Amino acid sequence: MSLIYPTKSLENFPKHLTPGYKSTVKRSPTKPLMIIPHTLSELTGPIYGHNAVQEGDNDLTKQHKGEPLGERIIVHGQVLDEDRRPVKNALVELWQANACGRYVHNVDQHPAPLDPNFTGAGRTVTDDNGAYKFITVKPGAYPWGNHPNAWRPNHIHFSVFGHSFVSRLVTQMYFPGDYLFPFDPIFNSVTDEKARNRMVASFDLENTVPDWALAFKFDIVLRGREATPLDNDDHH
Amino acid sequence: MSEITPSQTVGPFFAYGLTPVGRCDWDPNGTYSWKNSVESNLVTPDVSGTRIRIEGTVFDGDNKPINDCMIEIWQADAQGRYASPGDNRSLPNTQFKGFGRSATDKAGIFAFDTIKPGAVPGPGGKPQAPHIVVAIFSRGMLRQVYTRLYFSDEAANAADPVLGLVPADRRGTLIAHKEGGEPPLYRFNVHMQGDNETVFFEI
Repeated sequence: MSLIYPTKSLENFPKHLTPGYKSTVKRSPTKPLMIIPHTLSELTGPIYGHNAVQEGDNDLTKQHKGEPLGERIIVHGQVLDEDRRPVKNALVELWQANACGRYVHNVDQHPAPLDPNFTGAGRTVTDDNGAYKFITVKPGAYPWGNHPNAWRPNHIHFSVFGHSFVSRLVTQMYFPGDYLFPFDPIFNSVTDEKARNRMVASFDLENTVPDWALAFKFDIVLRGREATPLDNDDHH
Repeated sequence: MSEITPSQTVGPFFAYGLTPVGRCDWDPNGTYSWKNSVESNLVTPDVSGTRIRIEGTVFDGDNKPINDCMIEIWQADAQGRYASPGDNRSLPNTQFKGFGRSATDKAGIFAFDTIKPGAVPGPGGKPQAPHIVVAIFSRGMLRQVYTRLYFSDEAANAADPVLGLVPADRRGTLIAHKEGGEPPLYRFNVHMQGDNETVFFEI
């Protein structure tokens, strides 16, 4: 069995060249991308099972001697394909700024404190229902140099693997109701409003743990639908 | 109407999450640490085939090396089989995963240690020349770009069904050039724009 991956599924992805996000100008292809048939090379993809992660890798609040400062949150959801079938055993990696909006990366030197108890990186593997869960702190907004007084909305970076290398996805999870949304060219690089809102987690009272942590639900839908027999003569 | 989650840029700070142990020096004081999930060295103790090293630079539209780039590679083993459930042929008795990840360093250089892949089946049962699928992520890329790496010393390139779709004057952008050494080094530079703009694929 294999899966069909219509390129139409990509229609709501951002355009490579999105001038409002300045860095795209010199880093996006100028010639049209070539469409090629999906061969075994595209229809297969790496598998990282539960041995790729260790217990606790999904808890960003327990990686150091003390607990990080900030609002403790639970971020959880399901990884699904386009027919909303769970993607199990998917490696999910995330990284984020600390509660003050500062990344531990040396390149981030903006004047906000680092937190010695927070790195901001985690990973996990989805279970048989495609479910994943992280415990972390809510990242802060931070300034960047794209345009005068530019600030990124609070977000968490996600990296996910699906059934094949064409369903590989790197995205960002945003928080509901962020007042910075209208001003962020990265968020708005997805021009379709419904598609854009698929990057916004929903507040999840049901899974909020009393006296401990707010929960946010973020489902991730990857390319891939229509399980069909793999025809050796026609890998479209 | 597609309902997939849109792509967003990996941004400038991915290294501590995705390539923490590698070419990017994101933590010069050694205050924080994190471990790799994916390595730039794909060689496993039991893997068969010719060991090779791949090295290259990704250049932006000003021909400047991109020093905050992440490269992922996906390849078959020396027998041309992918370590994936999507490849139904009997898997080789090997731990070889065929997947690697490298950040670029300050000079914009990425590198992989791996083995040369074998030929894999292509459309209509025609074999494809040995190749590696390459995905490139960086700040300024709102979605990854895909290309392919072929090897300069492969006669099979001439009959490859995908290379055959590429205009002859751009095919060279997909060829990694053998520079010798032990294990042999193949250099694969990627140009996002310009006269030598690499051929990128919509897949």
